[in-house]
Amino acid sequence: MKSFIEKKIVIGAIIVLIAFIYILRLFYLQVIDTKYKYSADNNVLRYETQYPARGLIYDRYGELMVFNEAAYDLMVIPRQINNLDTLDLCNVLKISIQDFREKLYKAKVYSRYKPSLFVKQLSNEDYAILQEKLHKYSGFFVQTRTLRAYLQKTAAHVLGYVGEVDDKIVSEKPYYKSGDYIGISGIEKSYEEILRGQKGVKIFMVDVHNRIKGSFANGELDTIPIVGKNIHLTISAKLQLLGEKLMNKKTGSIVAIEPSTGEILALVSSPSYDPNLLVGRVRSENYSKLNKDSIKPLFNRALMAKYPPGSIFKIVESLIGLEYGVINPNTGFACNKSLVNCHNHPTATNLTMAIQHSCNPYYFMVYNRIIQQGVSTNRFKDSEIGVARWSKSVKEFGLGQLLDIDLPGMKKGRIPDVDFYNRWYGEGRWAFSTIYSNGIGQGEVEIVPLQMANFTSVIANKGYYYTPHLIKKIENTDTIPSKYLKKNKVNVKPEYFDLVTNAMELVVEAGTARRAKIKDIPVCGKTGTAENPQGEDHSVFIAFAPRENPKIAIAVYVENAGFGGTWAAPIASLMIEQYLTDSISRPDLEKYVIDYK
Amino acid sequence: MQRKVNVWTSIDWLTVTIYLILVIAGWLNIYAAVFDEEHKSILDISQSYGKQLIWIFAAFAIAIIILIIDSEFYSFFAYVVYGLLILLLISVLTMGKEVNGARSWFEIGSLRLQPAEFTKFATNLAVAKYLSTFHLKTYRIRTLIVVGILMIVPVGLIILQNDTGSALVYAAFIFVLYREGLSVGVLIVGFLLAVLFVLTLIASKISVLIGLLILGFLLFGIFRQRLREFIVAISIYVGLTIVLWILNEIFNYKTSMYNIYVASIVLSSIVYIVHIYKKKIAIGFWILGTLFISIGFTFSVDYFFNNVLEQHQQERISELLGVQSDPLGAGYNVNQSKIAIGSGGFFGKGFLQGTQTKYNFVPEQSTDFIFCTVGEEWGFLGTTFVIILFVFFLLRLIMLAERQRSTFSRVYGYGVVAIFFFHIVINIGMTIGLAPVIGIPLPFFSYGGSSLWAFTFLLFIFLRLDASRLELLR
Repeated sequence: MKSFIEKKIVIGAIIVLIAFIYILRLFYLQVIDTKYKYSADNNVLRYETQYPARGLIYDRYGELMVFNEAAYDLMVIPRQINNLDTLDLCNVLKISIQDFREKLYKAKVYSRYKPSLFVKQLSNEDYAILQEKLHKYSGFFVQTRTLRAYLQKTAAHVLGYVGEVDDKIVSEKPYYKSGDYIGISGIEKSYEEILRGQKGVKIFMVDVHNRIKGSFANGELDTIPIVGKNIHLTISAKLQLLGEKLMNKKTGSIVAIEPSTGEILALVSSPSYDPNLLVGRVRSENYSKLNKDSIKPLFNRALMAKYPPGSIFKIVESLIGLEYGVINPNTGFACNKSLVNCHNHPTATNLTMAIQHSCNPYYFMVYNRIIQQGVSTNRFKDSEIGVARWSKSVKEFGLGQLLDIDLPGMKKGRIPDVDFYNRWYGEGRWAFSTIYSNGIGQGEVEIVPLQMANFTSVIANKGYYYTPHLIKKIENTDTIPSKYLKKNKVNVKPEYFDLVTNAMELVVEAGTARRAKIKDIPVCGKTGTAENPQGEDHSVFIAFAPRENPKIAIAVYVENAGFGGTWAAPIASLMIEQYLTDSISRPDLEKYVIDYK
Repeated sequence: MQRKVNVWTSIDWLTVTIYLILVIAGWLNIYAAVFDEEHKSILDISQSYGKQLIWIFAAFAIAIIILIIDSEFYSFFAYVVYGLLILLLISVLTMGKEVNGARSWFEIGSLRLQPAEFTKFATNLAVAKYLSTFHLKTYRIRTLIVVGILMIVPVGLIILQNDTGSALVYAAFIFVLYREGLSVGVLIVGFLLAVLFVLTLIASKISVLIGLLILGFLLFGIFRQRLREFIVAISIYVGLTIVLWILNEIFNYKTSMYNIYVASIVLSSIVYIVHIYKKKIAIGFWILGTLFISIGFTFSVDYFFNNVLEQHQQERISELLGVQSDPLGAGYNVNQSKIAIGSGGFFGKGFLQGTQTKYNFVPEQSTDFIFCTVGEEWGFLGTTFVIILFVFFLLRLIMLAERQRSTFSRVYGYGVVAIFFFHIVINIGMTIGLAPVIGIPLPFFSYGGSSLWAFTFLLFIFLRLDASRLELLR
């Protein structure tokens, strides 16, 4: 088909047409529309960011844990500074001229045109004086911000803290500008985007005297900030506080979980710190102090400390042994102390007694049967097959696994597998005799307290767990992340859990943890005393209660406190009682635990 | 016939002059955009404008080298150059440096090179080479497929680098194909699809559907001019819709009205098809076919928009079309850019007097949003001048392309026009809110060595070809 117009004309016409449209549009923008006009001689636009209030944080019963307080930041735009009486400003701000120059230099390095933070969080009095004189200091203005405040000095590791963004964050996430705040750890970090809301911006016209002449274009181009959403945690503030009190003078961790949901009721890491220390002007100074402290208060032991589990691990071995069929409920082994050391107790003629009295040689034999099942005649090969299977089964309980909890920084711990031992000893150079300590929760097995508590809720649930989490509700939404609603099943038959549960009840009733007994509440538990080559043994205890329809599963780990029944068991017992009955009937025991040694 | 001409006398100096004006104007605006009282010297090489001056001199050197090389070279090695650039695109994916989420830069010392910029002229060479193959018919499907492949390879690689903007530039080649023989229908269909695309996004799906239906019936009525047929056709459709609606209410299926409309189109078409087949009404098939294709298209636009485009791309388009407004988020750049340009007024605030661009409120103001500085400091006079200069430049290039004797040079010339045109339209369009924000530079204005050099390559190869257009037929 021959076109009736030459093609070059068509193309040329399209170009001219579009150019014409653009020129018309520019004529409209630049000449007709007055919205964008303002006196170009002196006036400049000032963009004031409107910071929304950060979402509040409540505990599981709706008790307020974190709220906001107003604070005033002095901002500077270096290029707008004009005829400044430096000395006067320094007096108002109570800073030295030297200090002033440094701050201004820093602001200039960041940008001459964009506002930088000059002095943050002025006190109310300073702010009042400054406001009177602000018109004299062109280039400076005050930005209202909010700061975190805490009703009680509790749950610092869970809540985390908020701090100024660094250059790295600014370059990676365009939402944040220098001087903005961001959740740096804990819940503040995990739910940053929900808590922070959405910044708004107000555009003002400002004259040479730093006076606001009105909003620009009638505020048409302003945006309204969206307030951050409030969230409710699964934590019980009361229980958390008690936990922290009970861990007084001790190092270690308590984690309590509601087994039927995976909701974390308390997550204590001791020693802790006062969350108010990491707020506002004093934050960086206090942070470096805490960071240097030799007792490591910033270290969240509940998620990051890798511990040998000790005898509580015998529960895992029992369940796996039963499931594999290498032992049965009536299997008995003599307490042969030549295999591995033990304390004096009646001979374990069945599994229940073995758990009740925590017999080490018994579990040496159980672990032996799990690892060396005689699949291969070669001892080394056989152990390799055994470890591969065992390691996989243990990990099903969430042990040695990163649980997808809504707190940053969890450590995996270690459930050794074939690869690990091949790297450690070399291929074909290790067998059961090299690794038998795993059978009693020593050796290469390392677990973090959160995994211990989660494992306890697996027993309480008779074979499954929900990933432990801290979010109970986000305001104005119906649901929590779906990963927390998914059941994780463990491949062990429910009747084996019944057996273990019976034995654990006996542990508390008439075994190694009699101190954990609570009147009228059947508690099932297991003590552990983890050997520690560096010093005194660690005291460990896991428990859940009540026996039927358990409401709480708990793991307590106290470093260098000796026997599990002495310290960890009473702590767990008090926590359980507090949670289930909302009271403590044994103030003496409480006092004994708090006073410690 | 073979005689060599002197490049320096036969080169089109008019184009070279426009090139120089644009480059220098660009440089002055970069200076104004990042002007800083402590680095007042325009020659200060620690600042962008100082660096840009170095890139400019390097560009001149490149231009001279291109002109010295024999014009035969470009045609002869077209595929080689293309192949080399493709290899560079592949290697930048693995060895490149990531900047702002796009892995598209090579870093050599302090110099950053972006191969995607250079692929444009290389692809243009390859397309020109292929289309100038003897006895080739452009309108053949096979030809189009080969050209498509020549473009898909770089486009795919550039998208993998996460640099969608640079990839879109290749759409401009539709002008080249049109010039070389594709019918005007291609342009028109392309335009109509674009309109439908926009309509689908701004209007509700139901109203687009009903609009299309009414249009279909009207066309049918106009072409057939039989009132009875027209009324019966409409009645069948309306009747079916009512029946389906009642059934839906009775059985409580709770399906949406939209689905009912579509279902009755499908059902009533059976009647229509039988009728137009019996009466052999050719126009009926055309209208019905187009209707179905259009409806299918609106469906796919919806799908494409919601499932293929990434969120920031969706936001930019929604922002442009006014579907959503978020002046601090996706619309921030454009809003600030409009304030800057608008505040310039008729005469502008004067050189170095702009406050909007200087206060860094406009992001990327020395690169993608450099036109804001023109608008703020030079006003309506300045922006109009720049646009007219660009139009003049493009028209001149069309003239040059038309006077080529060889197909290779002509196709290459139109490729140059198309690429420049696309960049100019999109870049200026986005600063004034008429085009979506696609991060591509304004030729000769935007800060950056890669783009300046690549545009220099693109243009001067063509000027070299043009200079020796009389040497022989290709």
